[in-house]
Amino acid sequence: MSELTEKAIRDSLPDAVIETTNVFGILNIKIAAASLVGVCEMLHSQGFDYLADVTAIDWQDRIEVVYQLTALERNEKLALRVDLDRQKPEVDSVTSIWKGANFQEREVFDLMGVIFTGHPDLRRILTPEDWEGYPLRKDYVIPD
Amino acid sequence: MSSRIRTELVEINMGPQHPSTHGVLRLAVTLDGEVVVQCDPDVGYLHRGIEKLAEMRTWVQFIPITDRLDYLASMLGNAGYIYAVEKLGAIEVPERAEYIRIIMMELQRVASHLVFFGSMALDLGATTPFLYSFREREDVLDLFEMVCGARLTYNYFRPGGVSRDLPAGFYSKTKAYIAKQRDKLSEYDDLFTNNQIFIARTRNVGIISAQDAINYSLSGPTLRGSGVAYDVRRADPYSVYDKLDWQVVTYPTGDSLSRFLVRVMEIRQSLNIVEQALDAIPEGELKCKTPLRLKLPAGEVYHHIESARGDLGVYLVSDGGEKPYRLKWRAPSFINLGALGTMVKGWKVADIVATLGSLDVVLGEVDR
Repeated sequence: MSELTEKAIRDSLPDAVIETTNVFGILNIKIAAASLVGVCEMLHSQGFDYLADVTAIDWQDRIEVVYQLTALERNEKLALRVDLDRQKPEVDSVTSIWKGANFQEREVFDLMGVIFTGHPDLRRILTPEDWEGYPLRKDYVIPD
Repeated sequence: MSSRIRTELVEINMGPQHPSTHGVLRLAVTLDGEVVVQCDPDVGYLHRGIEKLAEMRTWVQFIPITDRLDYLASMLGNAGYIYAVEKLGAIEVPERAEYIRIIMMELQRVASHLVFFGSMALDLGATTPFLYSFREREDVLDLFEMVCGARLTYNYFRPGGVSRDLPAGFYSKTKAYIAKQRDKLSEYDDLFTNNQIFIARTRNVGIISAQDAINYSLSGPTLRGSGVAYDVRRADPYSVYDKLDWQVVTYPTGDSLSRFLVRVMEIRQSLNIVEQALDAIPEGELKCKTPLRLKLPAGEVYHHIESARGDLGVYLVSDGGEKPYRLKWRAPSFINLGALGTMVKGWKVADIVATLGSLDVVLGEVDR
């Protein structure tokens, strides 16, 4: 199944795919950040109706955002990954496709400082609104 | 003099100190008279930064913290983390340990759903069911105390197994408890589930369609209350769920009553699982040998289980060392709460209480 999905992405958006890996049986596709929404719309129309998780990892030279998708009907899983510039991490929001992205993107913004362009209400969610810095960044200094 | 009465929208705070918000949750509610125009959950009052804490602790040292997220279902917090660690580390688990785990996980689901039952009733003004369900939950906590010495934060799961064996008398006490609980469930139904006032307060209230529920990434009984038969125990079986006979419970309506009924029926299913596991449990080792200073190979894993509140995902990134490089806790309560605003829009203030109660959020897990 996952070969078909990979082929569908490559066919419809040939420039989007950077590399693919297999993480414990789940196809992980690294895509260009600019093509994220296009790929997500295509996947949504292919049955990937469930956005299970959005998170980000600080690799110190870049920030990687990871989206875990599921096609509930056929129980197929897939992860999308985008690399962002650590100085200015910005990527389009997927809230227009999955409303469940709203809280999850706010959390990533709050703790990792990723700007989701087009998010309807991008505010801090877990830390206080006047909090400074992004706690899950590796260079974050924990205040006394 | 104008005969028209001037009206305006009013903004009120429900919480953070409010008995029906189940902890410290603030709902910023905009009202037109008694009708909800907007409801915006404000969370984070209990934020302890556990994902950052994880990066400063060894793989094993993080286990007690998993007790303190969803504190009504600590065994399931243990389980979510340990299964992810075992997958990344390719750690084998003896079959006896898997059976002990499934007994603990399902007893925990029963205990958690009992708290839900009681507090949902309490939210709607019925105080007695709360006393009933907490009385029976006490028996489950007694069983847990026998097994691991703790009543709330168990720290019982270990990479490769569990920390200690079932004590003498556990089998008979659990059997007796299952029989008693089944009997009491009928009593709850007579007392509360079939109560006309309760049904009037919850039927067709806070409806979310199957399509919207999926789009909002809802999970657990909240998703199954909208008729979507998605249960991680069935979709991606772990432990020994695929060896036992049990049903995924769904109700089609998507209202607060459906979500309530899913949980009540799940208590019976969980009791069935515990009963079968007790009879099928094999002799053998409790835990495979793993070093206390456990190192996991560099790489990453996303693993999920069905907690009492839904799809609990644990995302681990290891750089090959003794500590996680990154840990993400996909908390089902947090994501389920994201749909509350949509569910209560256009309903009355009192319906917020019924709808929030039916989501069964635990703020320790929402805020992490």
